[in-house]
Formats: sequence, C-alpha cells, structure tokens
Amino acid sequence: MTAPTQISHTQAESDLLARFDEAKGALAGSTAVKDLRVAAAEQIKTRGLPHRRVEEYKYSDLRAFMKSAAPLAPKADAAAVRAVLAADEAFAGLTRYRLVIANGSFLAEASDVAALEAEGVVIRDFAAALDADTAAELLATPKSASQDGVLALNTAFVQGGIVLSVKDGVEVSRPVELVHVSTEAGAIVTRNRVEVGTGANLKLIETFAGSTGAGESNVVFDYQIGDKATLAVTRLVVGASEGARLLTTLAKVGGEALFKILGFMAGPAFARNQQFVAFAGENSDAKLYGVSMARGNGLADQTLIVDHAVPHCNSREFFKTVLDDEARGVYQGRINVAQHAQKTDGEMMTQALLLGEGAEMANKPELEIFADDVLCAHGATSGQIDEDLLFYLRARGIPEAEARTLLVMAFLSEAIEEFEEDYVTEALETRVRDWLAGA
Amino acid sequence: MLEIKNLHARIAEEGTEILRGIDLKVNAGEIHAIMGPNGSGKSTLSYILAGKEDYEVTEGEIIFHGQNLLDMEPDERAAAGVFLAFQYPIEIPGVATMEFLKTALNAQRKAKGLAQLSIPDFMKLVKEKAADLNVTMDMLKRPLNVGFSGGEKKRAEILQMSLLEPSLCVLDETDSGLDIDALRIVSEGVNKLRNPGRAMIVITHYQRLLDHIVPDVVHVLSKGRIVKTGGKELALELEKNGYADYIEAA
Ligand SMILES: Nc1ncnc2c1ncn2[C@@H]1O[C@H](COP(=O)(O)OP(=O)(O)OP(=O)(O)O)[C@@H](O)[C@H]1O
Ligand SMILES: [Mg+2]
Repeated sequence: MTAPTQISHTQAESDLLARFDEAKGALAGSTAVKDLRVAAAEQIKTRGLPHRRVEEYKYSDLRAFMKSAAPLAPKADAAAVRAVLAADEAFAGLTRYRLVIANGSFLAEASDVAALEAEGVVIRDFAAALDADTAAELLATPKSASQDGVLALNTAFVQGGIVLSVKDGVEVSRPVELVHVSTEAGAIVTRNRVEVGTGANLKLIETFAGSTGAGESNVVFDYQIGDKATLAVTRLVVGASEGARLLTTLAKVGGEALFKILGFMAGPAFARNQQFVAFAGENSDAKLYGVSMARGNGLADQTLIVDHAVPHCNSREFFKTVLDDEARGVYQGRINVAQHAQKTDGEMMTQALLLGEGAEMANKPELEIFADDVLCAHGATSGQIDEDLLFYLRARGIPEAEARTLLVMAFLSEAIEEFEEDYVTEALETRVRDWLAGA
Repeated sequence: MLEIKNLHARIAEEGTEILRGIDLKVNAGEIHAIMGPNGSGKSTLSYILAGKEDYEVTEGEIIFHGQNLLDMEPDERAAAGVFLAFQYPIEIPGVATMEFLKTALNAQRKAKGLAQLSIPDFMKLVKEKAADLNVTMDMLKRPLNVGFSGGEKKRAEILQMSLLEPSLCVLDETDSGLDIDALRIVSEGVNKLRNPGRAMIVITHYQRLLDHIVPDVVHVLSKGRIVKTGGKELALELEKNGYADYIEAA
C-alpha cells in the first residue's frame, strides 16, 4: 500500500491549487458539477500541469512555460467591454451576429440574443446551465480526451460561456461571432456547448479581443452536430499574448453531417489548439484545417485526434505552419479507424515553412487503422522559401519583402482556400499580412 | 546602354568558373544574338544580368545606363529596365497570375515614382497585350505558370515583358518549345517592342528565330568567352558548320 506519489509543485501549480481553494465556493455548478471540479483539481495536484514527458505534450511543455498562474479575471465592466469591442475590427465589415463572453462570463446585454432567438437559435449562459446540471452532463468528456490536463484545468475552473442550440432545420442566416473579451489581466476559463440540430446549418467565428496579461485562456468548445447538419467554425487566435492560449475542441458528428473547422493562430507565446473529433453517424465529413504562424520564441501547436468509430466517413486534415526566428511549431495528428469503420477515407497533410534559421517544426502525423477496407494517407513536409521562386518574383521588380509575403501568402492560402468559407477569406488574409508585417 | 567589361564569374557554392572574361557592348536600339554550345555560359550570363545570387562575379563590371548593375538588387535592376525572359519559367502555385502581374507592374511604377495603376486600367492593359500574344484569359486565371505548357510559359514571359516595357530585354531561348505558329506570334510580339530606346539580347540555338527577329550583331559564346562576333550572316554560317571551329578557339 503506497500513497500516490506527490509531485513537487511548480510555482504555477501551487498558484493554481491556491486559486482553486479560493474560487471554488464561488464557481458555478450543481453538486455533481462541483464534485467533478474537485476531482479535476485533484488531478492537477497529483499529476501537475501537462509536461514533456506526457506523450501528447512532448513538444508543448505547459508546465515549463507557465512560470506562475494569474488569478481568474474579475467580472467585467460593461463600458470597458464596449471599448475593447470598438477597437476590435477583425470582422467589422462582415454582417454577423455577435455573442460576447467578457472576462470568462457570458454578457447577454452585449450579445444579439433576441435576433438569434428569432431565427431559431437558443442561447443560454453556461454558468447558469451548470447550476441546473444535476448530472454534470455539460462537462462530459470523450474517452480520447479523458486524461487531458488542459481539459482538467478547464473543468476545475470553468467560469462560464454559452450553450447555443440551433433548432432542427434552421439555417442561421448570418455567421455568428463568439468573441471572448478581456478587459483586464487575468485568466479566462470558459466552456461553450454548440448544438446544431438535425438538418440545421451554422457558421461560427471564434475570436479573442483584449489582453489577459499573463493569465492563461483556457477555452473549450463542445460541438454536438446533428444528423444532416453542417457546422463551419473559423477559430482565430491572434495577437501577442503573454499568457498561454489553450483551445480545445470536442466534436461529435452525426450521420450525413459536415463539420469544418479552421484554426488560425498567429502571435501568442504559447498557443495550443487541440481537437478531439468523433464520428457518431455514417456518411459524414470532417474537414480540419490549420494555419499557424509563430515568431520569436513562440509556440504554435495543432494537435488532433479524429475517431472514425463508424463506417463510411471522410476526414481531411490540412495544416500549414509558418515559423520565423526561434519559433516552434507542432503538428500532432492521429486518425483512428475502428475495426468495423470500413470505407473510411482519411487524408492528412501537414506542411511547414521555416523562415528563421532557428525555427523548428515537429510534424507527427499518425494513422491507427484496425479496419481493412479503408483509404488513408498522410504526408508531412518542412522546408524553406524556395530561392528560385523568390528570384523570379524579384526579377520582375517585386521587392524582396513583398515577394516573401506573396510566397508565404501563397503557401498559407492553400488551406484557407480549401476551407471554402469565403466570408472569412479576406479577414484571414489581412491577418496573415499583418503578421508578416511584424504585428 | 549596356557595357560588360572583362566579366568573370563562378558558381558561388563550388567555385567552378563559368564566365571567363566577357566583353560586350550593346547600344540602345540594337539587337544582339548570342549563340553557343550547351553549357557555354549563356544562361549564366543572363542570370548575372538579372541578379541571381548563385553566381559570384570575381572580376569585371557591368554598366547599365551609367549605373553599376552589379551593385543593384534584382528588383532594382528590373525597375531600372532589365528584363530576363527565363529559359525555364518557374511555376508558382498559390500566386494568382493577375495578382502577380499587378504587383510587379505597380512595384516598378512605384520605384519609378509613378502612380499605381487602377484595377480597370490594369485589366484593360493586360487584356490588350494578352490578345496580341494569344494568351487566353483562362491562363491568366490560373496560378502563375502552373499547368502551362512549355510554349504557353514562353508566351507568358513575353506578355510580362510587353507589360513591363523594359529597356533591356534578355531572351533566353524563348524560341525553344514553341510551335511554328507560336514562334511567329512571339516574334511579332518581340518585334513590336523594338524601338530606338530599347535593346535586346537574344539567346538562341536556332538561326530560324533570327529570321523573325533580325539581329544587328551575332556573338558566339564558348566556354565562358565570346569567341566570335559578326553580322547576321554569322548565324547562317554556324547553322551550316556548327561550333567546332570556335570551340577550338576558346
Ligand atoms: N547553379 C549552378 N550550379 C552548378 N552548375 C551550374 C550552375 N549554373 C550553371 N552551371 C554550369 O555552368 C555551365 C554553364 O551553364 P549555362 O546554363 O550558363 O549554359 P548555357 O550556355 O545556357 O547552356 P544551354 O544551351 O544548355 O542552355 C554548365 O556546365 C552548367 O552545368
Ligand atoms: Mg541556357
């Protein structure tokens, strides 16, 4: 009989455990939810933050990155939220609905709740839903993510978020932007559930505005995609951020459904977009795209697991990474094909462009196939800008910096184009240009 | 307009000397043909004019419009009027042809202190020039040179040249890969650009091209040196007798 070995905690881990003790009384949830929170905090206590000896975090050592843990962000002041939103122009030109999560909590008065309601979309506050969630169903974790440390951190601290339900058959007429606003320094921990009913169609844009300072952002999106439904998500993690940006997708895709997501990351010191996608019905498609940019000592990590648990589904994973200076990029992608998941078609590709001498890319595409009648392929490339292409452009009078921009744009836009959500193309390309110009 | 003096150059990486003392003077309005065996250094010379970094000039100089060309970046040379039609034009996936043409044209205009061309003006200009060269709108909608046939790539090069209106046109084997009709169309395009203010260096293996684009001077390049210079009749003689005599001379 030995007691579980206690690890010696880092400053950040001690901070987190102290933060939990302080906050737990005030955090939302039924008794079942609170029990889950305590269990998750216990997981952090015994295992610590995810680190490089945990396979999934081999290249993204969160434990080493987090020097300390900031307190949770306080309740936001409405005027301050308006000021941050006014300065945020990423999608200013797009006709859209907007939902605002301010310092980790849903802010109904800044959100287009009534207009969405009129279209057949019901919005609820995730925190309030947790209070009523006697079985803690809203915090359910798919098996493939059950050991994940970032998710445990989210479960322990989740402040709020939204539950968005699109009724059966409803095609939401405009894209919905879900924006996380930070009005002051502090960690934000949210979870959002998006339910797309049978035959319904939703375009979602996820953005962040304002600064969390040294505080981490830990945001989970739980997508429940009904039969014959379509969900297209554009996720933007842009701008220098001192605190880690941790994004988690949990997606369950129904039959004859389509799930598309583009994860766009540029700028944070530590950004991880991890996705757990599972097919629950046949004849469906999941298309996952990634565009990552990092410079300085930045890290951009795209990690995913796609579970082909049922037959006749297609998945496409196409990821592009551009790294400058000493930045590091990570792609870890795994396609699992269960024994009975015949006629699975999976095509995974990860490509990196290294602009800086010290930049490094870890490409790890994996296939785990137990069925025999499947079509799966994967590829990985990593290289520099082709000097011959650069010379050709310069020989036509295009100055070097502009020629490089053209080539990097060309490299990245392959993924943006294949994503085929035209309303975001221009905004994304602008963000790429901004990043290349040093923003 | 262009004066190359005692130019020696080697491959930057491994040091093999390719050009071994080239002297060439090209005046405005002239057309010079350069012929010579495979591997004699013709493309190397054209790349050095355009500013490719794979080559290191060890001796000599190149004066272009009174400026030291070797001190200039490739894009500065282009803006100053140098245009190289590549022997092997490169495919650039993801860069739309029209976007590329507009960027190049406007970059050069900017370098010359001219205003940017509006999109309608630019479109009009491209359509006009493209029609002359039998370049279809379908080709222009594709990424730059991607999926173009060998002949289409050459025509696209000449389209770029006619849009950018350089003062020195260097054509590196623009005729190879062209069918008979395309050769005529391209030659007409090139001849249209002929004017007293513009000079051309035409690199070719075939006398046939020089029937269409009639040169003032013909040079024979062998083993990195110009070993013979003459009038257009020199090309006819080479066609008949080959390079054997001159290879000895080098
Ligand atoms: N970047 C390079 N690296 C190595 N060798 C090179 C390079 N560029 C040129 N060479 C060599 O230099 C010599 C001259 O090449 P160049 O392409 O200039 O010949 P050319 O006269 O244009 O021939 P062709 O008629 O076949 O086009 C050749 O032997 C070639 O292999
Ligand atoms: Mg050649």
